[in-house]
Amino acid sequence: MNIGIVVFPGSNCDRDCGYVLSKVLGQTAQFIWHQERSVKGMDAIILPGGFSYGDYLRTGAIARFSPIMDAIVEFAGRGGMVLGICNGFQMLLELGILPGAMLRNRDLSFICEEHYIRVENVNTPFTNHCEPGQILKLPIAHAEGNYYTNPVTLSSLQANAQIVFRYCDREGNVTSQANPNGSLDNIAGIRNAAGNVLGLMPHPERGAERLLNNEDGIYIFRSMISALEAHKLLQPV
Amino acid sequence: MKAKIYITLKNGILDPQGRAIQQSLQALGFDSVGEVRIGKFIEVDLCETDATSGETTIKAMCEKLLANTVIEEYEYEILET
Repeated sequence: MNIGIVVFPGSNCDRDCGYVLSKVLGQTAQFIWHQERSVKGMDAIILPGGFSYGDYLRTGAIARFSPIMDAIVEFAGRGGMVLGICNGFQMLLELGILPGAMLRNRDLSFICEEHYIRVENVNTPFTNHCEPGQILKLPIAHAEGNYYTNPVTLSSLQANAQIVFRYCDREGNVTSQANPNGSLDNIAGIRNAAGNVLGLMPHPERGAERLLNNEDGIYIFRSMISALEAHKLLQPV
Repeated sequence: MKAKIYITLKNGILDPQGRAIQQSLQALGFDSVGEVRIGKFIEVDLCETDATSGETTIKAMCEKLLANTVIEEYEYEILET
């Protein structure tokens, strides 16, 4: 599969995603500079983590207006698979492709550590390799990961199984103690209503190889590849 | 003209920075301190002379980029320069 990874000024997880996709999974990863205007030929798009535009104003707020974004909005609108990781998730929120917004972490600190998340929905193109309720251990690295949305939207996310990952403890209990950043309902990742766009704060690309003593992230990338192969979500422009 | 724009989190949304400052002020003995909210202040110079169109521009800037209206609200004042 041909997976496009968008590179913004300040992206710092783009190469990690490219490495996992190409070296670990044997796919074709193609870097797309944010000034480009087309995602032609891509089977899926990843908005990687980092600090686009230095996080000025709000995380993702300026990247959201990059020239490439029109093509990504159009791609997602046609059912194209889009994964936003950390800063990429923040961009999807700023774009309005996913609902809600990120607030500063509850305790104000930048958190960089491994956390457990529970897979709440395995019927997505991003989690089809997971077992229901599977617990993944993945690194998080952010200061603005405190997910917020209004009560009406939260109810609809819950009702439509759009909450894909929740922060939990080692045993899979979703508790306030297991919530690192104060996220509403322990939300670590959500999908859009159509199911082809996922945003998550944890970094699957930072834990996708045995050498790193963490391979849990590979479930997400393998799921994407399987979904692309099985459902032929290929929609060349 | 010049616009002074103030952006704060909406009422009811937890403002962890504001709360930390509030606790810090109270710890310093400022007993009368109630809730503290923190926000952003943005100053924009505008090459416009018409107040109405200047205001329309500022409002559009706030809605489109400067504030995220999911969590933030904004106020502005426009000064003749």
